[in-house]
Amino acid sequence: MADTGVVLSVHDIAKGFGSVQALSAAQLDIRSGEVHALMGANGAGKSTLVKILTGVYSADGGTVILNGQPRVFHSPAEARGAGIVSVYQDPALVPDLTVAQNMRLARVALPDVRGWLDELGISQLDDRALVRELPYTTLRLIDFARALASNPVILLLDEITAALPADLAEQVFKIVRAWREVGKSVIFISHRMAEVSSLCDRATVLRDGKTVGVVEMAAKGSDERIVSLMLGAEIAKRTAAAVTRSLRSTANSEGPAALEVKNLHYGHALNGVSFMLRRGEVLGVSALEGQGQQELFDCIAGVRRYDKGSIAADGKDLKPRHPADAIRAGVVLIPANRLEALLPQRSIAENAALAGFGRLASWGPIAMADERSRVANAVRRLQIDTRAEAEVKRLSGGNQQKVVIARWLASGFKTLLCFDPTRGIDIGTKQQIYALVRELASAGNAVLLFSSEMPEIALACDRAIVLYAGRVVHEMLAADANEASLLRAAHGLPPSGGALQ
Amino acid sequence: MSRNDIESLPPESLAVAMRFLRRNPALVGMPALLIAAMIFTVIVHPAFGSFELQSLALAALPLALAACAQAVVVISGGIDLSVGPMMSVANVLAGSLMVHGSFVGALLWSVLILLVGALEGLANGLLVKISRIPDVVVSLTTGFILGGVALLIMERPGGGAPAAFLDLAAGTTFSEWVPNALIFLVVVVGAVWTPVVRSRLGLLIYATGSDRVAAFRSGVDTDFARLVAYVISGVFSALGGIALTMTTGIGAPLSGTIYTLSGLAAIVIGGVSLSGGKGGIVGPVIAAILLSLIPADLIFLNIDPNYGQVIQGTLIVIVVMAGGFAASWQARG
Repeated sequence: MADTGVVLSVHDIAKGFGSVQALSAAQLDIRSGEVHALMGANGAGKSTLVKILTGVYSADGGTVILNGQPRVFHSPAEARGAGIVSVYQDPALVPDLTVAQNMRLARVALPDVRGWLDELGISQLDDRALVRELPYTTLRLIDFARALASNPVILLLDEITAALPADLAEQVFKIVRAWREVGKSVIFISHRMAEVSSLCDRATVLRDGKTVGVVEMAAKGSDERIVSLMLGAEIAKRTAAAVTRSLRSTANSEGPAALEVKNLHYGHALNGVSFMLRRGEVLGVSALEGQGQQELFDCIAGVRRYDKGSIAADGKDLKPRHPADAIRAGVVLIPANRLEALLPQRSIAENAALAGFGRLASWGPIAMADERSRVANAVRRLQIDTRAEAEVKRLSGGNQQKVVIARWLASGFKTLLCFDPTRGIDIGTKQQIYALVRELASAGNAVLLFSSEMPEIALACDRAIVLYAGRVVHEMLAADANEASLLRAAHGLPPSGGALQ
Repeated sequence: MSRNDIESLPPESLAVAMRFLRRNPALVGMPALLIAAMIFTVIVHPAFGSFELQSLALAALPLALAACAQAVVVISGGIDLSVGPMMSVANVLAGSLMVHGSFVGALLWSVLILLVGALEGLANGLLVKISRIPDVVVSLTTGFILGGVALLIMERPGGGAPAAFLDLAAGTTFSEWVPNALIFLVVVVGAVWTPVVRSRLGLLIYATGSDRVAAFRSGVDTDFARLVAYVISGVFSALGGIALTMTTGIGAPLSGTIYTLSGLAAIVIGGVSLSGGKGGIVGPVIAAILLSLIPADLIFLNIDPNYGQVIQGTLIVIVVMAGGFAASWQARG
């Protein structure tokens, strides 16, 4: 095998969960000294393949050949031992142990990790700090440094840049490139096409549990080819550009105020946030990690109680003490973590109907027929994949997010708060969700949308505000809200142009 | 350490001290609470002397060992409802095997009883691992079985052990103010727990309890860590059963029953998080002494000792609520 330079070779891997066949014929060849993208829409089988490679699941059939040896991994420990180390979207660090203890846990030398952290620009980290006390972004970099320090044969990066500030993401890429230069291999999973084209050498595309193609990234039009492979021939005709055009056609800047936030304070996180959201409008919120965006959305949705300031929903004072208060006022939240909003063991229908139960005027029996038809309508409208409808936890991330939206469609709402609704969701479903958000706004609703991916603000919103250190530092029209100006404002700099303040 | 001393320290060590306090509130809070309770006791009962101290140590010893047994499993992210019955089994085994023996014979029987305890723990751990049935259900069921076994070994209270053996906990070898029960407690808890907490094994147990998924992905054999926690729990329970023989002088088939729940109470008050991964073993041990002081104080105050349960329950609610408030207060920073 060494003469072809292939370090890892996967043949015909299959894996089923009950009636759902997640993988049927997955192929993957990783050469030494390459960054290889693993692409696929939600439910294509990417995460199942990753879990088989890292020993979380065992395959029903097929072979994994590492350095010429057929291997079967029964646990993550075995896969690590063989040199396949992964970095997940949520860091695999134990919260109640210190950083140093976590390194010992994975049998990695602390000085090596420190060396990599220095390269990432984090040199002043206290390794006696509890993981629980450190910010999420830092943890992801520690997890990355720990994986590098264990000197793996194959480094597997699963959505490493999701919700990572742009400067740190660039730092990560620099290291990945250097890693490739010394002949190491990386499997790279990302939903951001720009990253994949700039970083990767080749891409393997999965669709419906099968490998449908391998694309050389250096070739011309490789992006388009990946998208068409991912979506399949039919859907690919509806190009991204068409969706974008339809999104922007219905901007509305003169509607009545749906949500008026004045001088909102919460602990140290919010220091006087003020803005107005109009009916029929999608207002984007942009911010780097930890600038108060989570607290802002939580305060409006009634998850946390704000200290000072005021919120008015459709002119009426709103000081929610509980999410039910906000829901009653027509203000509903779609969180980034789908599972925060869902009952994972219950069916799609039950999850979608849940919010409706809260609105019952009496304690009488549920009007089943009415409930059922409204839920069925919402599910159909959102094109939710209902193959695994009995348990929401078996759905893919994108379909879970759709169930959350379906819930609010079925129960009715006036103002939608979307907090990073497309985190870790594939491009196709992302566009469906944004198209839906636009459609809801033009039907007379109002939408407040935070996205950690700045290009999406310009794509889906009419206006954008930028949060920095718990304050609104800039407000701009979507036309001016390109990635560069948002990024400057989010770093507390004046945007090069288009500030309305 | 006075306020001035603290301020004169370099800021680095102050920060380290503050962090230690924040992470181990029980290690500071529990001794303070115990000292306050002791002062209160001496005030309401000025005649409190070495005899009362010895009774307190005797009452606290089995509870403290039950708390240790429970703490290890809860730290690993589980729960063990068979601690009490395991203590009963060890207690009746000791009472029946040691009744006519010598001191050395009793020591040898103790080794066997500890082995039985370890096997009981192993059975719990294996059942949890293999069957994937929730540990609450598994340990409740094995608890029922072991409760029956204890009754089969000894139908009614009886038996005994050599006086010299009983004196290991019941006597006062060094001073009437230093009950052997306290020394016994420190020695056996130290002997079992120190090697665990100082080794990689302790790290595995804490990691598994704190976040099983993250630990698993870090390459930890979480099943093994949980199994070991149950075995240690079995050993501590057997020690508790032997301690019951030492403090009561006999074996009794139902003697351990109350210690499942009062052990849980002690660990919660002693700062072990029921969600796992947090706490230690010193807090629960001190909490066990504190809980043993409550009925004594009630007698001194001429109050119905049955109020003891009410007070114990109230204490748990206060401690758990305080923990919750502290967490939400920290979160708002």
